[in-house]
Amino acid sequence: MRSYWYITFLLLFFSCSSSEIEQYTPVPYELEIPKLFQDKLIAPILPIDNPLTEEGVALGKKLFFDKTLSKDGTQSCASCHNPSKAFTDNLKTSIGVDGISGKRNAMPLYNLAWNFDENFSWDGKDFTLENQALDPVRNPIELHANWTNVANRLQSNSEYKTLFNRAFGTSKIDSILVTKAIAQFERTLISGNSKFDQYLLGNTTLTPEEENGFNVFMEEAKGDCFHCHGSNNNPLWTDNLFHNNGLDRSFLDLGLGAVTGDPADNGKFKTPSLRNLAFTAPYMHDGRFNTLEEVINHYSEGLQPSATIDPLMKKVNQGGVNLTAKDKADLKAFLLTLTDFDFVNNPNFQE
Amino acid sequence: MKQFFKILLFVILVSCSSNDTEKEVTITLKFSHNWDGVSVNSSDFNSFKFSTLNGESVNIERLRYVVSNIMLNENSKDYQLVDLGENSGLEITFNNVQTGINTLQFTFGFADKDNVDGIYQDLNSTSFNVPMMLGGGYHYMQLDGKYKDVNNLDANFNYHVIRAVDRSDPNNLILEDTSFLVDLGNVNIEGDSTIEIKMNIAEWFKNPNTWDLNVLNTVLMPNFNAQKLMNANGKTVFSLGKRTQN
Ligand code: HEC
Ligand code: HEC
Repeated sequence: MRSYWYITFLLLFFSCSSSEIEQYTPVPYELEIPKLFQDKLIAPILPIDNPLTEEGVALGKKLFFDKTLSKDGTQSCASCHNPSKAFTDNLKTSIGVDGISGKRNAMPLYNLAWNFDENFSWDGKDFTLENQALDPVRNPIELHANWTNVANRLQSNSEYKTLFNRAFGTSKIDSILVTKAIAQFERTLISGNSKFDQYLLGNTTLTPEEENGFNVFMEEAKGDCFHCHGSNNNPLWTDNLFHNNGLDRSFLDLGLGAVTGDPADNGKFKTPSLRNLAFTAPYMHDGRFNTLEEVINHYSEGLQPSATIDPLMKKVNQGGVNLTAKDKADLKAFLLTLTDFDFVNNPNFQE
Repeated sequence: MKQFFKILLFVILVSCSSNDTEKEVTITLKFSHNWDGVSVNSSDFNSFKFSTLNGESVNIERLRYVVSNIMLNENSKDYQLVDLGENSGLEITFNNVQTGINTLQFTFGFADKDNVDGIYQDLNSTSFNVPMMLGGGYHYMQLDGKYKDVNNLDANFNYHVIRAVDRSDPNNLILEDTSFLVDLGNVNIEGDSTIEIKMNIAEWFKNPNTWDLNVLNTVLMPNFNAQKLMNANGKTVFSLGKRTQN
């Protein structure tokens, strides 16, 4: 059935293109999928109504770094999503163009095409990457602009007109095409080359400490991190689902609960990937922990009971499973093997 | 252009040929869940609605399990993840079922030959794996929730069913296949219909072993004996439900 459609499509395509003489055809972009992802995971989400093209990705990158997208030309997406920090800003909570601090920590951006349910943000409020990109531009605590103005500004720039024409076959710029281009760029942000990846591929070995740390991560009686944060068989290092990991007894920020309106979702936030923690401090949705030691202490003895705490959090009455000092140090050493230097240094992702 | 017509012709042929055997019907297997007869849906999660035979009040926050080698006579499916919380995988459809008497059976979990570490991409993507230190492969079931402990405080339970593993010597794991066959017997199929397969969740805590959540609540994966008890209790969990003509 697929090939039938494909051929019909080709036919239609050729019959159309012959009538429109000067139509530029963008070049399909080949996503380089890491071997482990290819082996272990289902295919990434690449929407058919926004296929990756060389021109679209390049345009999306330019827009991502362009301060034209903000109210006063002072910020771009990259101001909060800095490539050398795995696309975070190292602030507790992000500060927008008006100098106002939001209530959430900037999220790292990588492997977004493998967020299979396509629920983005800490609370899952944005469905699809294209839709997500609409938000920061008009959000008063982020770029605080207005899409009509942004589109007009881009429209008056002859270079952008050409680039949009090449990527999308039209020089009529609007929020839909801007977010399509940005989403294309975001889907190319892949992090899959850490020391642990190389270890799984058989190209390097772990230190005894890192190895023990991985065991702490995997052992149900100890860390039991793998039920939510992936494993050697799920190299995303997240389930992309929403959980309450026991940070608070009562919630200032309801998280998923505010989106679904279901009190059973209060205090639930998206499990972040554990790749690139070396670059993404501070941690958690509100940036409350400055170090990995604090994070590990939280899971080990700082758990706070609440009606929605995830059942995977053990011995909550004792604050957690009380890991030994050695297990804690080794767990940290293991977590840092998920650091991907190639990703933060990748020239394709820099301005 | 020729190629195009060839394919078109082929497509038409294929779609027609399935119409001319009249005895083939479409059967949907539908997994439903109950607690001793009271229906359980994802909307019943997160509240202390249920009691175990041992007397603990429980809520359910996650219930997902694998069934494999699902067979309705010669129709079969390798495996399926049923996730009640996400309302996914609740149905299996077979399109070419012969009318008459069909036997319906499946394996709960994966038998050892199918329980191969890391090979199912969909299950990896949803983190259903079992750590290698416990023999690898996949969970058979994750049933997570809370119970009221002896002080009437909320406590967590993780009723995770996997292949039993004795890890007394971590370098020499003793594994025992605790998946089991669920044989739902003969069903008489006359036309397109839906067959309900019922899971009574309460049975996991009941029969033959009365489950005490105060004793067996978390860290059950590396507990060989707990896995044996689960295996025994699981045998009476499934039954054949309603059959409805579509
Ligand atoms: C002022 C800082 C700031 C700016 C500017 C900003 N972001 Fe963000 N970004 C954040 C914060 C904070 C979050 C988490 C938001 C939440 O959970 O409510 C986030 C979340 C995201 C996510 C969700 C990631 C995930 O894994 O769910 C994406 C994608 C994203 N931003 C892309 C962008 C794009 C594209 C732009 C530019 C159009 C942009 N951001 C501009 C701070 C910023
Ligand atoms: C029940 C699922 C679950 C388990 C189990 C779990 N986590 Fe988390 N983890 C989360 C969620 C959800 C968050 C985000 C919480 C928030 O910000 O409100 C998180 C956040 C984190 C962060 C912060 C990352 C960042 O970028 O901010 C780290 C580090 C972390 N977890 C490590 C671990 C370790 C180590 C373990 C095992 C000891 C573990 N987690 C067990 C769900 C889980």
